[in-house]
Amino acid sequence: MKRGETIRKRIRGWAGLLYVLPALSILGLFQLAPVVYAAWLSLTDSNLIRPVTNFVGLEQYRRMISDPSFHIALKNTVVYTVGVVFFSALFGLMLAVLLNRKFRGVGLYRTLLFLPVVTATSTAAVVWRWMYAPNPNGLLNRIVALFGMESQRWLLDPDLALPSVMAMSIWQSTGYSMIIFLAGLQNISSTVMEAAKVDGANWWQRLRYITLPLLSPTIFFVLVISVIHSFQAVSQVLVLTGGGPLRRTLVLVYYLYQQAFESFNMAYGAAIAMTLFVILAACTWIQWKVAEKRVHYGE
Amino acid sequence: MSKRRGERSTGRKLLVHLLLIVPTALSLLPFLWMLATSFKEPAELLGPMSFWPRKWTFENYVAAWNAAPFARYYINSVIVAACTVALQLVTGALAGYGFARVQMPGRDILFGIILATMMVPSTVTLVPSYLILNKLGWLDTYAALIVPWGATPFSIFLFRQFFRTIPRDLEDAARIDGCSQLGVLWRIVLPLSKPAVLTVATYGWIGSWNDFLWPLVMTDSEHMRTLQVGLRVFTQDAGTRYTLQMAAAAFTIVPILIAYFFVQRQFVEGIARTGLTE
Repeated sequence: MKRGETIRKRIRGWAGLLYVLPALSILGLFQLAPVVYAAWLSLTDSNLIRPVTNFVGLEQYRRMISDPSFHIALKNTVVYTVGVVFFSALFGLMLAVLLNRKFRGVGLYRTLLFLPVVTATSTAAVVWRWMYAPNPNGLLNRIVALFGMESQRWLLDPDLALPSVMAMSIWQSTGYSMIIFLAGLQNISSTVMEAAKVDGANWWQRLRYITLPLLSPTIFFVLVISVIHSFQAVSQVLVLTGGGPLRRTLVLVYYLYQQAFESFNMAYGAAIAMTLFVILAACTWIQWKVAEKRVHYGE
Repeated sequence: MSKRRGERSTGRKLLVHLLLIVPTALSLLPFLWMLATSFKEPAELLGPMSFWPRKWTFENYVAAWNAAPFARYYINSVIVAACTVALQLVTGALAGYGFARVQMPGRDILFGIILATMMVPSTVTLVPSYLILNKLGWLDTYAALIVPWGATPFSIFLFRQFFRTIPRDLEDAARIDGCSQLGVLWRIVLPLSKPAVLTVATYGWIGSWNDFLWPLVMTDSEHMRTLQVGLRVFTQDAGTRYTLQMAAAAFTIVPILIAYFFVQRQFVEGIARTGLTE
């Protein structure tokens, strides 16, 4: 009797696994297995055109170290990331500070400022490509003409191409950091603010000595999430410039895409993917460590 | 005294509006330019230009819609997004309930594994997933666009957190009345979890609808293209016929914008709470 009950309990325990089985099998097959598979692929010479795949050790990584295109792609990605993360965080913070009060129309501003975030990057890029049209009738050229400047070739100009792509990404991601900052600001207790007001602190002093220090965990979170996001930018490059002119907008994931799906060099694509994975995992790890510390000190 | 204070606060309100109107206009500018161009006659782009059309025409929409199989692209996007959302809801609710309420061996380790997949970016899995889908024979089918996104750590996590806030007494009462555990999830827990369902569905739908690189890589025949991929191919073929491109971009964007206006509160609050997109 007792024995039967424990067995039944145990069976019921194993049956509980059925609840998580569907999710686990999908995530296992399409999230976890691919990482292991990519690590393995990066140690081979896998190529879609050739039927035979050989183990070649660290050959792909050796090639990567001496590949000028990879260096350019890494450099462009870092420049792109720093610029996009800095400006979207800065603008997002400024907008959040402005929106962190109650007045008529605040919800409408928030909704409209967030609109670019829910728009598909590839579709937005189709519109921006037309805004950047190199003839004098392009929207951007008409705007600079208002300031008495000459028409630019924007995406075709080696010096302007990357900043032009970055401008679109800043436009698209500012709303995201704004929303996170707004949530962070609303968590700051109003009693601290009232106390500072009573003590005669002006608007700037309150921002500088109360808001920003209390917001620093949120600022850090936004920076890390944006770095992870920006490092993977690809759709806007694919639509706007195709990596050109003169590889000036070649970024890591676009290079990965070219190698794997245009040159069919799966092994090299996997090696780039693994490098990307290590960089992004390091970012996530740092974020967790710092968050842990913050919570610890905060309590 | 009080009058001066009142004036100052009116002045400040005005300043806040002024400071907000410029960035709001900038964030709307591409949408307005897209719409304005899409209603222009093609010849108008060649001459000296005004922002809004001198003569409004709907011709571009008709021409763009007929120039490529956009109806098919639309149907594909709807099928893929709807099935992805349905699958995410089923796997997410089941796993979320399992982790919140059901006894099983190794529960914490399994939950840790699920959370770990949050760290895996889709750009990293692109190449190996292509080869895996190739081996399964799923390339260029709906399955390749739906199944790999049929479970997300985000939806599992969200459901688990939400289910934990539902009082156990309710569930126990149902069990005593002879309801099975799965029945409790379906009849008691899920109806009480509408906000979680709505959030997961919104994220799932927008993520699937907006995805570009994945369907670009995983499909190659015209009849399997989603709207985003179809739009990209169309704009390449259309060359410099920007009135057509903008009309096509407009009918790609507008449905998602309308949907966003209906669910924007949940969507924005969901992001603010979890810090996650896609």
